[in-house]
Amino acid sequence: MIEIHKDIENNYLLITVEGEADASSAIHLDNSIKESIEEDHKIILVDCTKLNYISSAGLGVFMSHIGEIEEKEINFILFGLSEKVMNVFNMLGLDQLLTIKSNKEEVLAGI
Amino acid sequence: MNFKPTSKMILRLTMVIGILLWVALTFVNGLQVFDKIYEVNLGISKQLPALLLDLFFISFIVYYRISIKKVESSNFVDLLWRVFAIGLVTTVISLASELFYATIADTTLADHWLTNTLFYNINFALISVFLISTFTVWKKLVLYQKSRRLVIYWNVFEGLLMACIFFNFTGLTLQSSIIFKLLFGILVLLALILSANLKWVAYLNFKQKWKSILLILLISIYLIYFFRLVYTPESESLRFLNSIDNLYVVTLFTFLLAYSLFSFLVILFNLPTSSVFEQKLEEAINFQRLSQSIQQGENENQIFDVLLKSAMSAVYADAGWVEINKVNGEPLLRTKNISHVNLNETKRQIKQGKHKYLLKTPLGKASDEDRILVNFKKSNFRSALIVPLVVQNKIAGQMYLLKEVSDGFNSEIINIINTFSSQAAISVENFRLLGDALENERYKEELNIAKSVQRALIPKTLDHDEHFEIHAFTEAAAEVGGDYYDTFKLEDHKFAVVIGDVSGNGTSAAFHMSQMKGIFQSLAQLDLSAKDFMIKANSALSKCLEKKSFITLSYFIINTVERSIEFSRAGHCPTLYYSKKDKKSKYLETKGLGLGILRNEKYANFVNVNKITFAKDDIVMLYTDGISEATNSEKDEFGYDRLQVLLDQNAHYDPVMIQKVFIGKLYEFCGNEDLNDDYTMVVIKFK
Repeated sequence: MIEIHKDIENNYLLITVEGEADASSAIHLDNSIKESIEEDHKIILVDCTKLNYISSAGLGVFMSHIGEIEEKEINFILFGLSEKVMNVFNMLGLDQLLTIKSNKEEVLAGI
Repeated sequence: MNFKPTSKMILRLTMVIGILLWVALTFVNGLQVFDKIYEVNLGISKQLPALLLDLFFISFIVYYRISIKKVESSNFVDLLWRVFAIGLVTTVISLASELFYATIADTTLADHWLTNTLFYNINFALISVFLISTFTVWKKLVLYQKSRRLVIYWNVFEGLLMACIFFNFTGLTLQSSIIFKLLFGILVLLALILSANLKWVAYLNFKQKWKSILLILLISIYLIYFFRLVYTPESESLRFLNSIDNLYVVTLFTFLLAYSLFSFLVILFNLPTSSVFEQKLEEAINFQRLSQSIQQGENENQIFDVLLKSAMSAVYADAGWVEINKVNGEPLLRTKNISHVNLNETKRQIKQGKHKYLLKTPLGKASDEDRILVNFKKSNFRSALIVPLVVQNKIAGQMYLLKEVSDGFNSEIINIINTFSSQAAISVENFRLLGDALENERYKEELNIAKSVQRALIPKTLDHDEHFEIHAFTEAAAEVGGDYYDTFKLEDHKFAVVIGDVSGNGTSAAFHMSQMKGIFQSLAQLDLSAKDFMIKANSALSKCLEKKSFITLSYFIINTVERSIEFSRAGHCPTLYYSKKDKKSKYLETKGLGLGILRNEKYANFVNVNKITFAKDDIVMLYTDGISEATNSEKDEFGYDRLQVLLDQNAHYDPVMIQKVFIGKLYEFCGNEDLNDDYTMVVIKFK
């Protein structure tokens, strides 16, 4: 199960992801990210504080948007990843392609 | 020789015996009359003709009992026809003999005692044959759908009747004997009670009822005709041949006439309601047809045809059609007694009709499951009933029933239609489920083929030389999986080993796995460095992987002369390396990016290559995340630490044993062997 909320705060879009991003729920995550990119938000923050688990299908969602994020010069930042989830990102090497911060404060300080 | 008489032989035998007995009886009667007239005392016992007569009766009773058994037909009209035919033959013979008698009436011959006796005996025989044959048929009718009680009653009656055959030994007469009267009274009472058993009448259809009435009427005429013949008033009869005084014959007459009369009246009064009974019977049959239609290999359309036909005949609809919704395109129409032009016109009228009533379906929730009743004014049809057909909780279509009279659908009719349409829906549902099951079976078959194809992609032997042992194990969660391992001999003493995992699992992962195999087998032949291999593999995969798919891979080049390992990791689980010298294992941590994640030349920037040297008894353990991330019921992961400890504890074993211990421990941890991811491990031990 996955729960996704989208809130516009100040000058950025905040996507909150809760639960598990596995093969069956990854589609919802994909739709929200796709929408957000299409809506031409320049800064998109993804709050993964309550993301308990991510499978390769979930990683595939983030991976598939990397090209477009770069192209549209979107500031796409993930934060609050649990150690376990972070390990998965690291192992695959996605940490080298995506901006990942430890918490929201750190993110806001950067933008 | 074992001689067993067939029923045909017995039939012939009884017939012959009967005829011989009749001849003997006629002869004895003749002698008796001769005796009386000429008063020559021939000393013939009075019991002799009585005995002959009784035996004559018995032989014909046996004859007809056997012959009725051969008539298997439960068609009552056929049975009545049989009686009618025998009656016709006997009556015609009887009439012919009378006619002949009439032509010689004025001659002395007519008055002659011999002629009288002969004619009397002929008539008597004919009457007996007719009565006995009719009796056997009436018995079959009375006992149709018999109960235990009825059988007892009947057996008593028939037993008594048989006993009556021998009553003639007493020489008592109806007119004079009180015993005769009493017995006759009892038997007639029984006969009347039994005559009330007319269940067979209900099973006749309208046409059969008319035929039966006619046949019974004719049979009654024969009976009355014969009765008149036998009942010769005392004054006119020959003093000693009063057959009316035979209890058997009299009772038989009474019973047969009573039953004929009862049947006649019951059939007559049943005539007006027979169409209702037929209708109910047809409904039941149609209902059965609807539920059986699948077994006969019919398709959905045929089920709807049966539904329309049954529904129309059940409610006396004049026309109708079934409209089956199609996912795309026009709905499919099955029509009856209505042209397409008329149909569209009627539909228009239904739409515009002002007198519409919605009938809520008790079980249906949605409003589109309501049945609609419409009355029109200016149309060929004056009333219509529209019934939605709900299959698997979805509206599969509508059935339109039309009548030329207004208010043609009462609640009774609507209930019947409801039953029919739900039965049809069940049939369609069953039909679809059966189709789905077959389809699933086909998919399963296809998957099995895919499985065997994929099995062929797994290397049977792993390339190696005398400097190391290698052993691998793989298992897919579904029929096919996305895990991959392979080896290639680059040069003498130089080997490529690869392990990979396609994101996701199942069929799409399996396709990508086979692509990976192709890429590995092609690129390995070029004897590339680990870095070049990764760059080229990424480039190749970029063109064929799905957008959200990627492959994690670890690539090793083992040089047994240099005793070195060159390796690169593309997002795959870190390799576990056991060093004999340190007596400890550690993960080979290197940076790397999964294949297919970055699909451009920038990927080269993310490829890292490391090189280490190995010593004797060092172990390289490759695995996929199916093992490291396997979880138990408490959602605990098998984890890297456990792998490390396990390898340390079992490093003294050969690769086969190490693999067995690992998989054994894995199953033990998970509590079952049904992991929800593909899992693979490759163990290399150096010598």
